Amino acid sequence: MALRTLTRLAAGLLAGLGAVAATAAPDVVIGAIDDQSGVYADNSGIVAIKMAIADAGGTVLGRKITLLTTDHQNKPDIGASKFREWADQNGLNVVMGGSNTGVNIAMSKVAAAKKVPLFVIGAGGASLTNEDCTAYTVHYGYDTTALANGTATTIVKGGGKSWYFLTADYAFGTQLQTAAAKVVEASGGKVLGAVRVPLSASDFSSFLLQAQGSGAQVIGLANAGEDFVNSLKAANEFGVTKTMKPAGLLVFINNIHAIGLEAAQGLYLTEGWYWDMNEASRAFAKRYVEIAKRPPNMVQAAAYSATMQYLAAVKAAGTTDPDKVMAELKRLKINDMFASGGYIRRDGVMIHDMYVMQVKAPKESKYPWDYYKLVKVIPGEEAFGPVTGLCPLAPK
Amino acid sequence: MRPATVALGIALAAAFAAPLIGVYPVFLMKLLCFAMFACAFNLLLGFTGMLSFGHAAFFGAAAYATGWLVTARGWGTLPAILAGVAAAAALGAAIGALAIRRRGIYFAMITMALAQLVYFVCLQAPFTGGENGLQGLPRGSLAGLLPLKSDVAMYYVVLAAFLGVYALIRRIVHSPFGQVLKAIRENESRAVSLGYEIERYKLVAFVLSATLAGLAGSLKALVLGFVTLSDVLQANSGEVILMTLLGGTGTFLGPVVGAGLVVTLEEYLSDVVGGWVTVIIGAVFVACVLLFRRGLVGELAALRSRR
Repeated sequence: MALRTLTRLAAGLLAGLGAVAATAAPDVVIGAIDDQSGVYADNSGIVAIKMAIADAGGTVLGRKITLLTTDHQNKPDIGASKFREWADQNGLNVVMGGSNTGVNIAMSKVAAAKKVPLFVIGAGGASLTNEDCTAYTVHYGYDTTALANGTATTIVKGGGKSWYFLTADYAFGTQLQTAAAKVVEASGGKVLGAVRVPLSASDFSSFLLQAQGSGAQVIGLANAGEDFVNSLKAANEFGVTKTMKPAGLLVFINNIHAIGLEAAQGLYLTEGWYWDMNEASRAFAKRYVEIAKRPPNMVQAAAYSATMQYLAAVKAAGTTDPDKVMAELKRLKINDMFASGGYIRRDGVMIHDMYVMQVKAPKESKYPWDYYKLVKVIPGEEAFGPVTGLCPLAPK
Repeated sequence: MRPATVALGIALAAAFAAPLIGVYPVFLMKLLCFAMFACAFNLLLGFTGMLSFGHAAFFGAAAYATGWLVTARGWGTLPAILAGVAAAAALGAAIGALAIRRRGIYFAMITMALAQLVYFVCLQAPFTGGENGLQGLPRGSLAGLLPLKSDVAMYYVVLAAFLGVYALIRRIVHSPFGQVLKAIRENESRAVSLGYEIERYKLVAFVLSATLAGLAGSLKALVLGFVTLSDVLQANSGEVILMTLLGGTGTFLGPVVGAGLVVTLEEYLSDVVGGWVTVIIGAVFVACVLLFRRGLVGELAALRSRR
């Protein structure tokens, strides 16, 4: 009796597992792997990706578009194993990668092994299209090179010759600092020193005093998200910003919203997109606000644009075959609410104009989220720099 | 035949057939690696009565050692696994020698502190890749004979390793050495009064547990093709304790069941609820502690012996 029950149980279990495993999808499957609960959750592009799918009518080439989403919790292993699983089991066609450079590097290895295009949108690390590049990686939106080129060049040219860095002590922070330091020195400034701050530090006072003691004119904040918000707030409280000019190396508009214009005014920063730039961007922002209840930042706008661009490439190629789609992606120009005349270079960087912005003073801000004034447009080629040759697929 | 034997036979048959009938092999391999890790941990907690809070250090150190050797040094798969296991054993000897001088909560605290040290080394050392970890590990082939690129081939290697570890732990526990370990667990002073040099027994048990945890770490690194900080993270040490307690400490199958439960929950719930997975697993743990303190397998065994 017991034996028969057990056998039956086992058979049922096996059948169940088999049913779960056997999912053949003729749909076009888009995966979105993003931080939805951690420090970068505010930058999640999932709402924008859904908007893009809806705008495409939910179908491409007469096939239904399905969206799979997961929270990578900022752990490279979760992101990469989810990617692999979807590729093995769900007929995955493309992944829109969210924040966190480490997670995206891990995912790009899977992208190359499984031949699934990966759009890196939220993460900045320029190594994704250099040492870690693959034939299936597209870096959309921004990267550390472009950020450094924008902010650092502008400030040095404006007279901020000597720099001191406050750097988040992990891969992204050091990558950003290295890129910015290179730009500072190339444009005739000099770097007096740097202090490394542990990630998610709660007390910045000693680091800030160290920076102030250096006598540098500019304090470069090579950090992001919460860390950026807290360090700039602390710099204001300690009066550091009276003697030193702060430079934000990766700033999203929602960070400025969190800090408030009073404390953030005068800050220089580089953006790949700003909602209040032109008619198209304002129209997109208006639709986005209706769903998400706040304006999109550059990452979210890029997520929409990237999804649309992928679908356009599929349509042009007439297939979801990864190699043919990649060829189309590198051929098509990008003209939409995000970029004009943008294109995907052979190393995978999406080249488009970047914008150096300055945060407005409270009295200059006329309506909600009216935070930036445009200082300078940096043409795409200048912002992202020439092909470095570090990527084996794109020799100099 | 006893029903338990039959169940075990069915489980074994299912394990062999699973990838052939379409269960996702990478998921199964991950599950087996964690089951192996939990079994190794259970050797220490369940059979010797020592609660280590830093087992992720051994799991992670072996993973990093193997990962570094196959990528930066171009070692073969088997030597790299063995070197990873050796690294875990050496680390186990070093940490164990210090930690076994204290008991109970102090032992736990020392293992935790030293494991944090290992974590920071992995975070800062130049060869570990910091936040990004080591990526794109090639699986290579087993002694040049069996290419492991296919998930199914790799699965059978991992399954064989798991069964080997499981059998080894059974053998250790049932040996005279294992009897002494159990004596230490039950009453340390009495074991001393019987003339056993318990320090030595504890150290050997600690090193054995660390070594087998290392094997699990090395295999996991090769299965998934990367090593990251989450392998050495404190949370990983906590997770293996959770798996062992959920399944039932001091039982052979308990850690396997516990690992299966936790890994499956994490895998399938993370799509549905995202970051809430940890909260749900926490709730399951609280329920387990309140309602069935011996763990799932422990309660079943107790139920049977009562009848």
